[in-house]
Amino acid sequence: MSTKAAPGGCGGSSPRASTFDLDQPWRVDDRVAVRPEPFGALLYHFGTRRLSFLKNTTVLAVVRSLAEHPSARSACAAAGVTPAALPVYERALATLAASQMISQRAAP
Amino acid sequence: MTAATVAPERPAQPQPVPKLVQQFELGLAAPICLTWELTYACNLACVHCLSSSGRRDPRELTTAECKAVIDTLERMQVFYVNIGGGEPTVRPDFWELVGYATAHHVGVKFSTNGIKIDPAVARRLAASDYVDVQISLDGATAEVNDAVRGPGSFATALRAMENLRAAGFEGFKVSVVMTRHNISQLDELKELADCYGAQLRLTRLRPSGRGADSWHELHPAAGQQRQLYDWLVSHGEQVLTGDSFFHLAPYGGPLPGLNLCGAGRVVCLIDPVGDVYACPFAIHQEFWAGNVRADGGFESVWRDSELFAELRRPQSGGACASCQFFDSCRGGCMAAKFFTGLPLDGPDPECVQGYGTEALNAADPAAAPRPALDHSHRGGVRGRPEPVPVTIGSRPQSLPTHACDENPLAGFPG
Repeated sequence: MSTKAAPGGCGGSSPRASTFDLDQPWRVDDRVAVRPEPFGALLYHFGTRRLSFLKNTTVLAVVRSLAEHPSARSACAAAGVTPAALPVYERALATLAASQMISQRAAP
Repeated sequence: MTAATVAPERPAQPQPVPKLVQQFELGLAAPICLTWELTYACNLACVHCLSSSGRRDPRELTTAECKAVIDTLERMQVFYVNIGGGEPTVRPDFWELVGYATAHHVGVKFSTNGIKIDPAVARRLAASDYVDVQISLDGATAEVNDAVRGPGSFATALRAMENLRAAGFEGFKVSVVMTRHNISQLDELKELADCYGAQLRLTRLRPSGRGADSWHELHPAAGQQRQLYDWLVSHGEQVLTGDSFFHLAPYGGPLPGLNLCGAGRVVCLIDPVGDVYACPFAIHQEFWAGNVRADGGFESVWRDSELFAELRRPQSGGACASCQFFDSCRGGCMAAKFFTGLPLDGPDPECVQGYGTEALNAADPAAAPRPALDHSHRGGVRGRPEPVPVTIGSRPQSLPTHACDENPLAGFPG
């Protein structure tokens, strides 16, 4: 809903992370573009006009492979996320879900 | 644009990950926000116009050249462009270009004074996810607005806003440049935007373009800066700022958004003749990075320009390095310093610690660099009998206009 121009760059709101089900199948929303960057990636949602940053390449690998996995948990494991690190990635995915960057897809 | 940082606060992997803002200072593969001014033509003659617009430049990019730029932006995954001018909607091919951009996955937000936003246009705009509109308005009353933007401009903007509202366009932007005359109207401006279902966007007045001549009379007084900061803090993320007020952070902490100068790192400007500058407020040879007509086009300018490489190197804080607030304001705005004649590695002219005022008092105003280009109307414009102050700018040698010229940048400095 919010965009802004500008010299300084961009800013805005961080959606609240809500509950996120790691065991459901997820996908990147059709209206989201993913642009890899040295630090990870930028995501832009053309519908909500929101920008998000992925701060490392592991979370990028998770996001990119979501649609190929039966669950987000499986996508995380395949990208090398350790069980100890999983809660951090779960929160990141929950934030993406809350801002509609990713959405649940129908179970296969 | 709204930026939600999604990620591990602490890296889950062993390698250290620098803070995002530090990553941004090193530059990105493509800009996050790209401003593209499509024409220098404008029906108004605002006294603070940062591009000194008025008359069309005969060398402006053709429709085909604009489409080639859009193709490049699509390839670079520039998600959207902020189109401005001049008044971009007066370009006869404006809607064609907007359509071409959105069909090529480049979203468009365009700034307009509202002159062409009639009910039919408003309905068309409301129907597209990929187009956002920003109406420029510099006061909550005709009196305050028209003193800066010209007689009748308040009515034009409100008519456009009414058309957008009636068409069901929710969340378009109302963009206000903050001056000492409208800071007292912050609440009224917010009410006005709310009433039209729009979102308020406030930006900083820069001494760029014709603003070089009006900044000293228009920029907010010191007490007003504090008032603005407090108001922004209390309204948080409901109000957009273009991240333009990071120089106010030492009052008590960062405002929402990126707190850094994005020039050449995450933003840049393409001007109507294809020149690329570090930011929209820096139309001057000093900040010229290249031209999209050259071999390699915009992509090569973004990646290879010497100026951008310099801007992406770690910057020293200069005279500001020893200030305890340097980490929050980062020395402020490069363009504001440049056009007020202050050194780039010193304080911002509106430094909240007062160092800028001291520096301005010590600087020779006559020695401040002049904006390089001037497309101001030569006579009066509609409803404005007196011509706005016009300075004869030294401009680069003109580009060759013949298609058969071997080097499209022949004679062009840089």
